[in-house]
Amino acid sequence: MIEVEHLIKVYRVGETKVRALDDVSLKIQDGEMVAIVGPSGSGKSTLMAILGCLDSPTRGTYLMDGEQIEKLNDNQLAHIRSHKIGFVFQQFNLLPRTTAMENVVLPLLYDGVKGKARQERAQTALQIVGLAERMKHKSNQLSGGEQQRVAIARALVNNPSILLADEPTGNLDTHTGAEIVGLFQRLNREKGLTILYVTHDPFIARHTNRIIHLEDGKIVGDIRVEKPLEAGTPRTDDILSTVGNQIEEGARA
Amino acid sequence: MNLFENIRIALRALAANKLRSGLTMLGIIIGVGAVVALMAIGQGATSGITSRVQDLGTNLISVSSGRSFQNGGAQSQVLYYADYLAIQKAVGNAAISAPYFQTQANVINGSVSATYEITGVDPQFLVVRAYTIAKGRSISESDNSSEARVVVLGSQSAIDLFGGLNPVGKQIQVDGISFSVIGVLESKGSTGFGSADDLVLIPIKTGYNRLFGGRAVSGGKQLLSGIALSAIQSSQIDFLVTKVEYTLRKQHNLTLTDNLGFIVLSQNQMLSTLSTISTTLTALLGAIAAISLLVGGIGIMNIMLVSVRERTREIGLRKAVGARRNIILMQFMVETLTLSVFGGLIGILLGWLIALIVSASGLITAQVTFSNILLAFGSAAIIGLFFGIYPAYQAAGLRPIEALRYE
Repeated sequence: MIEVEHLIKVYRVGETKVRALDDVSLKIQDGEMVAIVGPSGSGKSTLMAILGCLDSPTRGTYLMDGEQIEKLNDNQLAHIRSHKIGFVFQQFNLLPRTTAMENVVLPLLYDGVKGKARQERAQTALQIVGLAERMKHKSNQLSGGEQQRVAIARALVNNPSILLADEPTGNLDTHTGAEIVGLFQRLNREKGLTILYVTHDPFIARHTNRIIHLEDGKIVGDIRVEKPLEAGTPRTDDILSTVGNQIEEGARA
Repeated sequence: MNLFENIRIALRALAANKLRSGLTMLGIIIGVGAVVALMAIGQGATSGITSRVQDLGTNLISVSSGRSFQNGGAQSQVLYYADYLAIQKAVGNAAISAPYFQTQANVINGSVSATYEITGVDPQFLVVRAYTIAKGRSISESDNSSEARVVVLGSQSAIDLFGGLNPVGKQIQVDGISFSVIGVLESKGSTGFGSADDLVLIPIKTGYNRLFGGRAVSGGKQLLSGIALSAIQSSQIDFLVTKVEYTLRKQHNLTLTDNLGFIVLSQNQMLSTLSTISTTLTALLGAIAAISLLVGGIGIMNIMLVSVRERTREIGLRKAVGARRNIILMQFMVETLTLSVFGGLIGILLGWLIALIVSASGLITAQVTFSNILLAFGSAAIIGLFFGIYPAYQAAGLRPIEALRYE
C-alpha cells in the first residue's frame, strides 16, 4: 500500500521557484490499477518519480507498506527500487547495443541473483510480456512496442509490489498502445499487481479502475471507474466523450 | 553483487561500444608508446656513448698537446718524444704507456689510392687501446728497433684498400715508400668521434726515420701527437694524472701557477663530460615524450569526459533498476582500468617495437627500461582513472530522475 501526505515538490528554475507538486495526498491500495491524467506541466511525472523513489519530495511524507520512504538514504532507496518498484518509462530506456535478455537481467544483477535462477527469472518475465522468442535480439532490432514490452519485463523481473509507468504508451501508435494497456490489465487481474500509470490520453486512462486528475500540482479529481474498458475495445468518439464527462464530474466533485 | 560480476558488466559495456573504447585506448597507446620509445632512445644513446668510451681501453689516460677548456685556454705546448720517456720513467710499473705520432699520407694499393691518417706507434699502443689482431700479427719490439717497413691495418682500411681479399703479406705504398702488411685489427665500431677502424699503423721509429721527415721534428727534437697510458689499477688513475702533469711541467719548465698547455684526460673525466651531454639529450627527449604523453592524456580525458557525460542517462537507468552508487562507481573504475591497462600494454609493445626498429636501423641501440615503462604506464593510468571516475562519480551522485533527464 502506498500513502503520501501533503507532498510538495519545488523546483528552482533560475530565479523563480516552480511548485510542481502542491500539497498532494493520496492512498493507493494493493491490487489497484490507477491512471493519472492531466495537462502537461501538471506534475504527473514529478509525482511518478517521487512514488518510484527516483526523486525525493521537498516536503511531505511517503509511506510504502508502512515504511517511511522520505527518510531513507541513497542506498536504502536503491534497495526499495530494486525490490518493490518496477518502473517503465516513455522512452523505454533500454541499454543501447544490448539484447532483450541482457536488459531484463539487469535488475537481477544488481540484486545479486546468480547463474541459472537469474536466466530463468528473466526468461519467465520475457514470456509474460510475450517476447520469449526475441530475447536474443538487440534493442535496436525491436519495434517500439517490443522495446516497451522488454522494459516492462525488466520492471517485472524482481517481482515488485507496484509497477509505475510514466506515459508508457506516449511513444507508441494507438494499436500498440492498446496492447501495452492490455498487458497491464492482464498483470493486474492475473497477478494482482498494483499498477499506476500516467497518460494524457483519456481512452488509455479509461482502462483502469481509478483515474486521478492532476492540475497545477494539485489533485483536482479522483474518480472510480465502474466499468473499465477491456483492451481491444475500439476507440470511438462516444466513449471518449463519456470518459471526458466523467473526468470533469470528478473534478467538480 | 561481487567483483567478478561487476567486471563482466564493465567488459560488456566496453564491448557494446567498440569504436569509443578503441579511441579511448588509442590516446593511452600513443602516450605510453611515445614515452617508452623516446626514453629508450635517450637511454640507449647514453649507454652507447659510455660503452664506446670504455671500448677505447681500460683505465685510460690520454695525454695530448693542445689547449684544453679545462685549463682556461692556455697557450698550447708541444709534446716531445723525450716527454714520453720522462713520463714512462715517472709512472714506472703503475701504468703501460704508449707514444704515437699521427700525420696524413697517401696510401696506394695497385689502383686504389687514398689519404689516410698514418699513426706511428710503439708495440704497447695496441695493448693500451685494447685492439686485438684479427689476421697476421702485431707490430713487435724488433719491428720498431729495426725500423722495419711494416704496417698493420684497421679493419675498415683493410676493406677499403683490399676489398675482401686478405691483405697480410701484400705490399702497399705509403707516400711512395713500400710497406708490407703484417696484420689486420679486429673491428671496434664507431666511437662517435670518427671510426676507430680506419687506422694505418706503422712502427714509430720507422716513421721518424723513413716516412715523417720534417713533419715530426721541431727544434731538433722528435714530436709526438699524444701518449696513451693505461693504469694497472683504476684506483691509481687520479694519482697518475697528477704525476703525468707534474712530469710535463718539469720537462717544459712550467711552474705550478703556469697554465699547462697539455690535455691530460682520464677516461672517467671523458665519461663524465660525455654523460653530461647525453643526460641533457635524454632530458630533451624526455621532455618531448612528456609532451606527447600530455597530448595523449588530454585525448583520454576528452573521450572519458564525453563518454561518461553521454552515459549519464545509462547511469540513471542503472540506478533506477536498483544499482547502488558504489556499484556504478566500481563499474566505471573497472571500465577505465581495463582501457588503461590494455591501452598501456599495447602502448608498451608499440614503444618497444619503435625501439627495436630504431635499434635495427643501426643508429642507436635503444634500451627499454622497466622504470620508463612504469612511468609511462602509471601516468596514463592515473590520467585515465581520474577523468573517467570523476564524471562518473558526479553522475552516480545525481538522483536517478536527474540523470535520466540529462541531455
